[in-house]
Amino acid sequence: MLQIVSYTIARDLRLALRRPADLVSVLFFFIIVASLFPLGVGPEADLLRQLAPGVLWVGALLATMLSLPRLFADDHRDGTLEQLALSPNPLGLMVLGKVIAHWLVSGLPLALLAPVLGLQFDLPADALWVLTFSILLGTPALSGIGAIGAGLTLGLRGGGVLLSLLVLPLYIPVLIFGAGAVDATVSGLGPGAHLSLLAALTIGGVAFAPWAAAAALKIALE
Amino acid sequence: MLEAENLECIRGERRLFHGVGFRLEAGELLFLQGRNGAGKTSLLRMLCGLSLPESGEIRWKGEPIRKLSDDFRSDLCYLGHLNAIKEELTPLENLLSSARLAGETLSDDDALDALEQVGLLGREDLACRYLSQGQKRRVALARLVPERRPLWILDEPFVALDVNAVAWLAGLIGAHLQRGGLAVMTTHQPVDIPAGQIRELRLGA
Repeated sequence: MLQIVSYTIARDLRLALRRPADLVSVLFFFIIVASLFPLGVGPEADLLRQLAPGVLWVGALLATMLSLPRLFADDHRDGTLEQLALSPNPLGLMVLGKVIAHWLVSGLPLALLAPVLGLQFDLPADALWVLTFSILLGTPALSGIGAIGAGLTLGLRGGGVLLSLLVLPLYIPVLIFGAGAVDATVSGLGPGAHLSLLAALTIGGVAFAPWAAAAALKIALE
Repeated sequence: MLEAENLECIRGERRLFHGVGFRLEAGELLFLQGRNGAGKTSLLRMLCGLSLPESGEIRWKGEPIRKLSDDFRSDLCYLGHLNAIKEELTPLENLLSSARLAGETLSDDDALDALEQVGLLGREDLACRYLSQGQKRRVALARLVPERRPLWILDEPFVALDVNAVAWLAGLIGAHLQRGGLAVMTTHQPVDIPAGQIRELRLGA
């Protein structure tokens, strides 16, 4: 069972590395959004510090969403998805593998990039740590929930817009607790509560979303 | 072994076919015929369990395929009109990966042997995006060489193949039937399958 998950991860990672442009465009989007804010708002350190958690989290969230439509679209177009659905392995496990691979090429690099971008907002060191950790903790939920949306909108014309409409409302709790954790650190309250809730969202998202996404894919294939 | 009874297919507002049924035993091949849009691909997808018939039932070894799910899928090999190969991967990687995802193990030697049979030896390390349409189809068909699952469902397997490849594939299907396998396929060109009992089913007649 674990074997098929790890094999799907390895396969998707290999495909992603053969097509690095997708990965790079997600990261560039994040860098640009996060860099435009200090330029637009001006060099007031207090204001920037206040804006930072929200801006960085929204940036990471939108960057993740940018890469979602491709999660199943390529497999759908070349017929691989049919083969996955006809495999004796449970489709949910293969979707779980794809979700993890998606996180490894979007959420993980975004989290590693976040502290560097946080410097532009004059965030203190402890807030930078919490920012990285919260993005690391929250983005798997974004990938999982996003997979449901990507499955539901698969093969639709204008699916990208519909995908955002479907998925963004579900992203709101992750955004609130993620940005909240950094906010709480800046104001000296400690991020513990927010991070726990974020972890709960991620556990729920990663455990249940693949099965929902698999059901959506089966409908899309009919 | 494979039975279909009274199948009906509705696409949108149109009824493509109804009352379709057949029985296929080990070693038999079903040629599915009909004009474009008669519902050949729809019927094949129903037989795989990818889509549900509006009414009627499909049974494999006497059990409805809905109930069997995993057990049926591990007996089934489906080749759609899409190649299901990844342009970024090499033919060798494609073969190994589709075997792994289908829950089977394929050794490198067996995969190379399959590629040799489809005439792609020497190109096994070239990304599939550099191959021609016909060569991509051959990569997809190479999957069938080591394939020992009993039921093959092939959608237009001869498209984009040259004369030699058509003869080779007909031989491969014949060998599969001789081993006691079953095959259901659609094609628009007349092909001689060298072995096995051949049945025909015409849709929309």
